[in-house]
Amino acid sequence: MTKSSTAAPDAKGAKGGKKKATPAATKGKGTLGIPGAPVSKELARRAYRTMLEARLLEEKLAALYRSGKIVGGVFLGRGQEALSVALGVHLRRGDVYAPLIRDQAGRLAFGDSILDTLRTYLGSSLGPMRGRDGNIHRGRPSEGYHAMISHLGAMVSTVCGGLMAKRFRGETGAVGATCIGEGGTSTGSFHEGMNMAAVEKLPLVVVVANNQFSYSTPNDRQFACGDLMARAEGYGVTGRRAVGNDLVDCLTVLGEAVAAARAGKGPQLVVADLLRLVGHGEHDDASYIPAALKKSPLGRDCLEIARESLQEHGWLTAKEAADWHAAVEKEVEETASKVLREPAPDPSEEDWNAFSALGRNGEEVR
Amino acid sequence: MSNSSITYLEAIRLAQQKALAEDPRVFIYGQDIGGFGGAFKATKNLAKEFPGRVLDAPISEDAMVGLAIGAAVEGMRPIVEMQFADFSTCGFNQIVNQAATLHYRTGTPCPIVVRLPSGGTPGSGPFHSQSMEAIYAHYPGIVVMTPATVEDAYTMLLEAVALDDPVIFCEHKFLYYHLKSERLPGEALPFGKARITRPGRDATVVAYGAMVHEAVAAAEELSQDGYDIEVVDLRTVRPIDTDTILASVARTGRLLVVGESWPWGGVAAEVISRVATEGFGLLDAPPQRLNAKETPVPYHPALWGTHRPTASSVANSLRQLLEL
Repeated sequence: MTKSSTAAPDAKGAKGGKKKATPAATKGKGTLGIPGAPVSKELARRAYRTMLEARLLEEKLAALYRSGKIVGGVFLGRGQEALSVALGVHLRRGDVYAPLIRDQAGRLAFGDSILDTLRTYLGSSLGPMRGRDGNIHRGRPSEGYHAMISHLGAMVSTVCGGLMAKRFRGETGAVGATCIGEGGTSTGSFHEGMNMAAVEKLPLVVVVANNQFSYSTPNDRQFACGDLMARAEGYGVTGRRAVGNDLVDCLTVLGEAVAAARAGKGPQLVVADLLRLVGHGEHDDASYIPAALKKSPLGRDCLEIARESLQEHGWLTAKEAADWHAAVEKEVEETASKVLREPAPDPSEEDWNAFSALGRNGEEVR
Repeated sequence: MSNSSITYLEAIRLAQQKALAEDPRVFIYGQDIGGFGGAFKATKNLAKEFPGRVLDAPISEDAMVGLAIGAAVEGMRPIVEMQFADFSTCGFNQIVNQAATLHYRTGTPCPIVVRLPSGGTPGSGPFHSQSMEAIYAHYPGIVVMTPATVEDAYTMLLEAVALDDPVIFCEHKFLYYHLKSERLPGEALPFGKARITRPGRDATVVAYGAMVHEAVAAAEELSQDGYDIEVVDLRTVRPIDTDTILASVARTGRLLVVGESWPWGGVAAEVISRVATEGFGLLDAPPQRLNAKETPVPYHPALWGTHRPTASSVANSLRQLLEL
């Protein structure tokens, strides 16, 4: 059932389009150490439910954007929920998690809420970001949930720092995790962070969602190494491949990666091919994605694949799927209505002070 | 502690030793700082004394600062040593976009210290001589310290470690070996407070870092002509102690600001702007500034000695100011 796509390059793969040769570091499950627990019914159901929440919440965000209620941008993870959630559900309290732009599903699995998401997108003064930052730039760093900056690759080393702090304190068993697109792997920051994690042998899981286009730039203008998995060997970390739009495969591979990191096997680089089923943001019609690619196995919707798969396993009935859909839709609608009535930040109430320990005029306040 | 020759550099080493000894949250991260003790030996023997807490970093300034930020979020007090201030540009993004914004955005403080061996020395050239204080001070959320004395190097570094905000600590390489003190101070001026290094009544020179000593030497030179020059050491350029500057200008009526870095948008420009807007009526003459020449920092000592302000050029500027 939980066939690992780390096994061989020709395994399954169909949902991910063409596969390149698998680097040595990724060959054979036996070389990867600790196997993850098999995907359980409970885990798969929780993951699917969270994907559904992410999908329906994002559809509401898009509607709020189109109706002018959300200013700035709306950036959706449609098509990437399976991979995103598969990381989030394997993390636990005490771990360090720095999600990126298309990780609504992973965020919800880690403990973010529909309420905090809407409050941040709508700029409610009651949300964690209080109108000071918006959309996907949200988090609660003191709870291990980092708030991404827009500069790609920057969060890799930040998560390393969280793990170093735990190491200094003698805490074991926690992992750190962050996500990035294939475009972000071109940054110096990503490289520095991966290399540092490898040097320190940190329990870090880095998930690369190769969605074929960095905004509009296709992969042949982004990297020339053929297969991003090859980079794992270059950094001296374990590489794993997941079928990006197959929930059960993603759960299996991410389960193995997180378990290996937790067991002290060092950094894990997971690469998954998939297709973003929306534009970069809601302002973008993604006309640069060829129709043939959208119709290919890579373009299949991961939410549909997940539902079919769970039903085939006998883990979810059609009625449950429909009931969940209705329940989540209701929760999203009710939460949005509530947040739309919440106060916006008041400029006259803002302290306009970026310092923590200093007053606005530089005096020490603590 | 008593020692007849504690250098500015040794004061920095001793401050780090004290921070490591007294606070288990402190660790130091930087290139060649472990067994080797650092390019300038600012961490000499510390790796041995505090095993596992003084760590060699790969040549990855961006990730070094990123690691410090992530550790600070988890409650640590990291000190990052940049090998030279000039290389902090490779970690610029993490400093200004992540460390500086973290508390404002999320409410989580970011108590990191980034040590920048700063400023020019003869023969160091364009990439080992820079003074970066104005660039970092530009960003809200960052404290920028520029100690000019052995005592300040020691006490301010300890303050920096204790502070909940990110601190750019501009320690001046020219002062590393030249400046000595008999003992380390037991107490310090309050955080963010400028010091009247030399009281006077005829003109005020505002300076910081190595330029404080050039300003004092110029003041001594002018004292032979009967002028009494006041020298104000900013100590911390952000926050900036506008009150002490204005009080000094109120006494003297004349202002010269000296900075080792470039004039464009610099600390000297900021001081003059504040005095012009908040203390225009105190001025008897147009406020002046003296900075480095507007080229990269040259290699040859003869060029370098002219590129930066010196006691002699400060004295010339003061004479012109006194005649205005």
